[in-house]
Amino acid sequence: MATTPVIEGWFTTGPDPALVGSQCTTCGNVAFPPTAPQGFCRNPACDGEEFEDVKLSRHGTVWSYTDAQYQPPPPYVAADPFEPFALAAVELPEGLVVLGQVTEGYGVQHLHVGAEVELVVEELDPGHTIWRWKPVVELGEEAEQ
Amino acid sequence: MSVAVLGVGMHPWGKWGRSFVSYGVHAARAALADAGVPWTDVDLVVGGETVRNGYAGYVAGATFAQALGWNGARVATSYAACATGAQALDTARARILAGLCEVALVVGADTTPKGFLAPNAGERWDDPDWLRFRLLGMTNPAYFAMYARRRMDLHGATPEDFARVKVKNARHGLANPNARYRKQVSVEDVLVSAVVSDPLHLLDICATSDGAAAVVLTSLDYARRHGSASPVRVAAVSTVTPAFPNTVLDMPMLSTDSAGVVGAPERTFKESIAHAAYEEAGIGPEDVGLAEVYDLSTALELDWMEDLGLCKPGEAEALLRAGDTTIGGRIPVNPSGGLACFGEAVPAQALAQVCEVTWQLRGQAEGRQVEGARVGVTANQGLFGHGSSVVLSV
Repeated sequence: MATTPVIEGWFTTGPDPALVGSQCTTCGNVAFPPTAPQGFCRNPACDGEEFEDVKLSRHGTVWSYTDAQYQPPPPYVAADPFEPFALAAVELPEGLVVLGQVTEGYGVQHLHVGAEVELVVEELDPGHTIWRWKPVVELGEEAEQ
Repeated sequence: MSVAVLGVGMHPWGKWGRSFVSYGVHAARAALADAGVPWTDVDLVVGGETVRNGYAGYVAGATFAQALGWNGARVATSYAACATGAQALDTARARILAGLCEVALVVGADTTPKGFLAPNAGERWDDPDWLRFRLLGMTNPAYFAMYARRRMDLHGATPEDFARVKVKNARHGLANPNARYRKQVSVEDVLVSAVVSDPLHLLDICATSDGAAAVVLTSLDYARRHGSASPVRVAAVSTVTPAFPNTVLDMPMLSTDSAGVVGAPERTFKESIAHAAYEEAGIGPEDVGLAEVYDLSTALELDWMEDLGLCKPGEAEALLRAGDTTIGGRIPVNPSGGLACFGEAVPAQALAQVCEVTWQLRGQAEGRQVEGARVGVTANQGLFGHGSSVVLSV
């Protein structure tokens, strides 16, 4: 089955996937989700209306994390039966925090505030992909988990 | 510059199965009776709006005015998610201070479905509230849990600390006739309830409820003419938006602003809500005798204590453990029992806080009275950059 990004233009796929942000050509502010073509710069001191796509850093550190042990309501498309999943808010070097689900196979027990994570792309629901955060573990550490 | 809180009233909170209009009218009549003001004297009605209950909710101010019997009053409706009630109050206060009206009735009421609050139906790809569910399954408790987990990892909070907030608020609400839950719970009860979002259990998270609250605001001159020489007064209403860059992850957003261009702001959004209220009232946190804050989750109450300046960041657990935030302690928090005992009825809850603080400052909070308080503060935050804090004083 072919899979396509669940939302267009927010992340790239391939071997080194990345989130796509918008950088204001006037003040340099970076925003994610990307600013719409007719958007306005969020910096109140800037009246910029033109933006360039920029790939955001693929690595960041965990700002906080949790999981969903109860099935979220629609429009979330849940697996049947529902499988709990973890979520992380990740601070990127660009100076912003971005939410994402955590890679399959990892849970809150693998995370802590400040932990390093890497961006990957996985299947969200049948036919759709999404960006996810994958804990970066030192060699040898993985075996202990 | 202040206005009088001449009357307050509520409909008891719970799951009653009636329309939000009947709850609102019940609360409004209770507030008018408390004020001793006839409905026909009211020259401004401000309704708190709800967007989940169909057409009537979109015209809340006029809906309540019609149900009370058209009296020709001016009308306004306010929507600010959880801050709706405070913003409605602010509209009434501003018109009174401007001399455009003398007697305002502010009403908030809602019916709330069971379970997770969910976004509006349909394919809404440009709606951040819809997207957070569609893309991530990110519920409200998931956001609360992130704040809670951060407290644990940074400040050494424990799940037992969070449970202690619930135990305290449940005890506070035992005698409150408007509270939905009036039952003592133990730390153990909280910890054995199911985990919803790590580290928060079911009993750490507030329920959804039906409910209503109403406030009669008047000019000080009108209050005096009606025999109330020293009424409870509104000393401040803060309704500030965040300042760029908003660097604390906020419901329902998927990300924060970037601090890359101008650096981190002096205050977080929640800190700025309280700061603006104190500035306007001309007081500081040391003057506050009690606080009503949104304990949407137990851990969030601890965050609010710090955002309100009641203690330094990371110190809220110590105050809680020492009993300082219990009735009888140094700075009681949520003497009403909070949302832990009430549950959420969104357009009503910021007004319910004002009702509680008014009863407290009048010495009428039977069974939960904070002795000697002369200043009370409320705080809440609503979706999409709404926030509010109200300072009341006698």
